[in-house]
Amino acid sequence: MTESSPRQPGSGADLNLINVTKSFGDFVAVDDLSLTIPSGSFFALLGPSGCGKTTTLRMVAGLEEPTSGQILIGSEDVTYAKPYKRPVNTVFQSYALFPHLDIFENVAFGLRRRHVKDVKGQVEDILELTELTPLARRKPNQLSGGQQQRVALARALINRPAVLLLDEPLGALDLKLRRQMQLELKGIQNEVGLTFVHVTHDQEEAMTMADTIAVMNEGRVEQLGAPVDLYENPRTTFVANFLGQSNFFDATLSDRSAKVVTATVQGQRLGVPASRVYSPGDDVHLGVRPEKLTLSIQGDDSIPEGHNRLTGIVADSSFIGVSTEYRVEMAWGMQVTVFEQNVHHDIRIVPGASVVLSWDPANTFALDASQSVEAGIDSEVLEAVVGAPA
Amino acid sequence: MSAGAALAEVSDKEPGKVQPSVINKRKLTPYLLLLPGVLWLAVFFVVPMFSLFGQSLQTGSFEEGYEQTFRFANYTEALSTYWPQFVRSFVYAGIATLLCLLIAYPLAYCIAFRSGRWKNALLVLVIAPFFTSFLIRTLAWQTILSDSGIVTTTLNTLHVTDVMRFLGLTEGDRLLATPLAVITGLTYNFLPFMTLPIYAALDRMDPRLIEAAQDLYSSPWTSFRKVTWPLSLAGVVAGTLLTFIPAAGDYINAQLLGAPAYRMIGNVIDSQFFRVLDYPTAAALSFTLMASILVLVSLYIRRAGTEELV
Repeated sequence: MTESSPRQPGSGADLNLINVTKSFGDFVAVDDLSLTIPSGSFFALLGPSGCGKTTTLRMVAGLEEPTSGQILIGSEDVTYAKPYKRPVNTVFQSYALFPHLDIFENVAFGLRRRHVKDVKGQVEDILELTELTPLARRKPNQLSGGQQQRVALARALINRPAVLLLDEPLGALDLKLRRQMQLELKGIQNEVGLTFVHVTHDQEEAMTMADTIAVMNEGRVEQLGAPVDLYENPRTTFVANFLGQSNFFDATLSDRSAKVVTATVQGQRLGVPASRVYSPGDDVHLGVRPEKLTLSIQGDDSIPEGHNRLTGIVADSSFIGVSTEYRVEMAWGMQVTVFEQNVHHDIRIVPGASVVLSWDPANTFALDASQSVEAGIDSEVLEAVVGAPA
Repeated sequence: MSAGAALAEVSDKEPGKVQPSVINKRKLTPYLLLLPGVLWLAVFFVVPMFSLFGQSLQTGSFEEGYEQTFRFANYTEALSTYWPQFVRSFVYAGIATLLCLLIAYPLAYCIAFRSGRWKNALLVLVIAPFFTSFLIRTLAWQTILSDSGIVTTTLNTLHVTDVMRFLGLTEGDRLLATPLAVITGLTYNFLPFMTLPIYAALDRMDPRLIEAAQDLYSSPWTSFRKVTWPLSLAGVVAGTLLTFIPAAGDYINAQLLGAPAYRMIGNVIDSQFFRVLDYPTAAALSFTLMASILVLVSLYIRRAGTEELV
């Protein structure tokens, strides 16, 4: 238990996963995963259902045993430690509050098991922090989803674990409440300074809350980095599609030693920074985010020198309030998605209009053409439709 | 109900020609639904109860007829004669209930959490004994526990019968016609009544609660004590009631597996009604049994503190 891991309360500890593999029969859920999660960070494991993120979390909690590999918390090897002997607590996806105990006793549960002194004072403090004081004597089934979520959080937080695990903790809440809870959670993490490991399939949630995101796919980490870094510099089509949206053109690179590499798309020459080419071969998917594109009417030339340009015809537009989403059809039949801020709305840009797409080459990235352009799309759409948790 | 009542109240304020009859029908519906059950209980339970109570205060004999004399001494006489059978009934039923609980809880736990695809098959097996009549099953135990049977000879060889004899549960080398046989029979016959409610309670429980308890520093034993057991308590209470109440009044097991020296109160009532034909004594005993079970059960439920769970 906590006695075995000398550490300052509330300081958190590094979490290290070294070559962790977990298979269920023939199915490899987590495949040779190595991660270092620094103390005090808010770390998100992001991926579609079945990518192994929840299994990873359960191995850290001790609810699953790795097939091979090592899990360290601080300097302590907990790979095979029982769940009740780890300085780790979990906020479960379904909250798993004890229905026969009131909120106070639910929150006090961990303290009582460890025979901690001053249970009352500590519980009252954490109920205060999570704004649950008036509900202390209610039973869990008398609470709303958001309140239950806070109880689950308080019940885990009160133990000041070295690592706090959150398994899709906001999945059951409606959108508005989820946004509010994201900010609250982030605020609480800042306040208590524990290491948070957060599992989610919601890329927006991961980007809002986490310092570092590991995007997981098929049991492996696809890419790891800060939210901005992952969004701006995806290394794979999976990451590019799973975090936000991307347009991909089939392109061939030439002149690869230059600072700005030339990419040829259907005979048109476009620029891409050499630092954003993640492909050993010359055949690439040339990617650009929809919001980086600018639309202008053909012949109306105000496009800055050196910007990439392509021409097409507006096929469809839909007004979404802060922006308008256009679909522009290229001469070779491909449709490109464009998000335009509704600042200087050009009323001539309507379906059927001939337009020029332009963007700064710095916003272009080139990914290995051997991958599917649709990686990371299907699973997310499927999840949105079925609402299946990971 | 309450929604319907509220609706009716609101509509009452609006004058209309069609509505009152609709409302009346709505108000009547629950009573109409209750009617068959209430009639059944009135005719076959309430009326016989009063007549039984009346009978328990009568004097006379079968040959000369009984007359109502409100003789409460019937009760004291019956009790002073038959108190050992009363005590024995509650002791046997208590032991059988405890044994049922010890056997049924792990069984129900396994079926609820560990049986996987065998769950339904196991549940069918639990209730499979009901496909045969109670009497036949008890008779089968006569054969199982017979003096030359394999169970008796094996237990004799292993000297288990010596221990049983020391505990006063058996006599000599026999198993049949002993308290042990009666308790075994009761345990066997009422086991499903214990297993099913406990299973139902455990099956309703979210297994993730056990994970949550272990995540919160509970060893498997502590998480059982603090989470699983309290959450299955409603099933345990229901199971013990369903086992203890019929077991305390049972007479088949004592008759077929016991001996005259180990008669239970059910056997006494049976013989007073059908052989001795002393109806007032039989009625007084029946009433006392019912009253004492009621008292025991209400004490038990209060002690278990599960009124809100049941």
